[in-house]
Amino acid sequence: MPAKDYLRQRFFPQIWCPGCGHGIIMGNMIRAIDQLGLEKNEVVVVSGIGCSSRMPGYVDFHSLHTLHGRALAFAMGVKMGRPELTVIVPMGDGDAAAIGGNHLIHAARRNIDLTAIIMNNSIYGMTGGQFSPMTPFGDKGTTAPSGTIDHAFDIVELAKGAGASFVARTTTYHVKEMIKIIARAIKHKGFSMVEVMSQCPTYYGRKNKLGSAVDMMNSYKDGTTSIGSKKKAEHPELIERGVFLEEERPEYSASYSALVKKSQG
Amino acid sequence: MTSEAVLTGEHFINGDEACAEGALAVGCRFFGGYPITPATEVAETMARRLPAVGGIFIQMEDEIASIAAVLGAAWGGAKAMTSTSGPGFSLMMENIGLGLVTETPCVIVNVQRGGPSTGLPTLCSQGDMMQARWGSHGHYEIIAISPSSPQEMFNFTIRAFNLAETFRMPVLVMADEVVGHTLERVTIPPAEEIVVVNRKKPTGSPETYLPYKTDSSFIPVLPDAGDGYKIHVTGLTHDERGYPGMDAKTQETMMTRLIQKVRKNRDQILDYEDYFLDGAEIVIVTYGSSVRPALRAMRGLREDGINVGLLKLNTVWPFAEDLIRKLAKKVEAFVVPEVNFGQISLEVERCSSGQALTHLISHAGGGIHTPQQVVEGVKETLRMLGSKRTKK
Ligand code: SF4
Repeated sequence: MPAKDYLRQRFFPQIWCPGCGHGIIMGNMIRAIDQLGLEKNEVVVVSGIGCSSRMPGYVDFHSLHTLHGRALAFAMGVKMGRPELTVIVPMGDGDAAAIGGNHLIHAARRNIDLTAIIMNNSIYGMTGGQFSPMTPFGDKGTTAPSGTIDHAFDIVELAKGAGASFVARTTTYHVKEMIKIIARAIKHKGFSMVEVMSQCPTYYGRKNKLGSAVDMMNSYKDGTTSIGSKKKAEHPELIERGVFLEEERPEYSASYSALVKKSQG
Repeated sequence: MTSEAVLTGEHFINGDEACAEGALAVGCRFFGGYPITPATEVAETMARRLPAVGGIFIQMEDEIASIAAVLGAAWGGAKAMTSTSGPGFSLMMENIGLGLVTETPCVIVNVQRGGPSTGLPTLCSQGDMMQARWGSHGHYEIIAISPSSPQEMFNFTIRAFNLAETFRMPVLVMADEVVGHTLERVTIPPAEEIVVVNRKKPTGSPETYLPYKTDSSFIPVLPDAGDGYKIHVTGLTHDERGYPGMDAKTQETMMTRLIQKVRKNRDQILDYEDYFLDGAEIVIVTYGSSVRPALRAMRGLREDGINVGLLKLNTVWPFAEDLIRKLAKKVEAFVVPEVNFGQISLEVERCSSGQALTHLISHAGGGIHTPQQVVEGVKETLRMLGSKRTKK
């Protein structure tokens, strides 16, 4: 099915700025779902609040646009009640790592079969460009006019440490890789976290003089490399992309079904 | 563990356990919660009982996550609930607003304890009654019911679910520590005698379906996730189609309907019991754990020839406005014993509009009134009325 058939065009025009990375991620999430051959009725998309969290409105699945930071907790309820449904949770970096940080680590720890797509643009876009827990040290936001003195989370390490069983990173520049990774994450039985580095030219880009959306995407090409590549050995400052972890571990809703069986004797 | 959802028979259990049994009996199959005194026994009972009846119990990372998971489970089609006390209730407020605006049926039990802050974790208060009414931001109408005994914890939890399913909204069970921890006989009727309401589901074509279009009941008929309607559910102000609409007109249409849903159906929601209201000079208005000492006081006073009646509010929100207005024209005074410094008494006073006196008997919390304190309160009211009369 062409990607446009997965869109609720009646909700358009969408709110994203020209050049925003979020539309690219939405397109590739749709392509991944299409490749997996999932029925529209089998997919539920749950989001919180922010630029990224507007995505569920535009895609033609059952969609739930909930509270800032709470999407994963809400999605827990959906998935536990209806384990047969595929539940995808697109989140922003502020949404996932600041206000929703607690829910993120606990969803990862339980290894519940949800796919969290963290659209990391290192900024709060919706509210106009404040620094987030994923803004690199020293970078600027409207609430860090001289550069933030907060240290950023490495969300990949955080998810691994918290117990996610699938952890990956990609960028809006690496479109084919992104589709493959998202498809693998959705297919994975357990908690999957995919960080997608995404450009916010309007605020993060402008505040930090990073140029146009194209310039920012090119920086993802130049500033990242595949996990364990030779380039990484030569340039340790490069950010790694790819699947960091893919492990089979007892999944929460499956463990719960087993518990029900046992208690029913 | 038994796989029976309805444990028909006589039981010697506390109010928290009775609440859990009521939920199970009416078909609750999802509980998300976080440990907190004095509500923990509700969660513990659910943790023990739910798996055996094929339901889901999850202990979440906090109360925010608990109520969020409950809303999610409700959209997955489950009858879902959580229970908590003051501090947890405070944390749930934002999600209660989300539940109201997305019209998500669920039940939230608050076994009230002394506050503010950590307060008196193991002891009673009725300090959250106004928080139940107004605690989430924005203007809204809510349904809250208030049980006064373990038996009512069972019965009213059933009713809370039925109201939630009928009106598609979160319903609050405003219990308190005394009701939650009182251990006494609770009768669970046979399953077929329990009234069970299930939410209505849409039947028409998904192509032409308008999720938030309603008839004169103001109640939308909404699908669960996975039903094939693929609707968009949002906490943003939305129109009949469920699309966000950031303008005053959409806000007015949506808000008016949400408010009317409760106000226009108030008669169906309200529930109260009255004692000797006919010709009463003074009416004690009471709810929750204050009911028992108030009833005892009423009986004693009547034996002494004082013309006292009693109004027991089973539904606290929406408030029984019309009833109080009508009574205010007939009686001299209302006496309101509350384990707070005046919350429901403010409503009584508002609705009596100066036509009858409202006298609050405060208890700061940590216990409940003795019948004697209520008797004293009524006598004090009589003295106040007496001096008012002499002034005239
Ligand atoms: S503010 Fe930034 S993140 Fe938000 S839509 Fe615009 S470019 Fe995208």
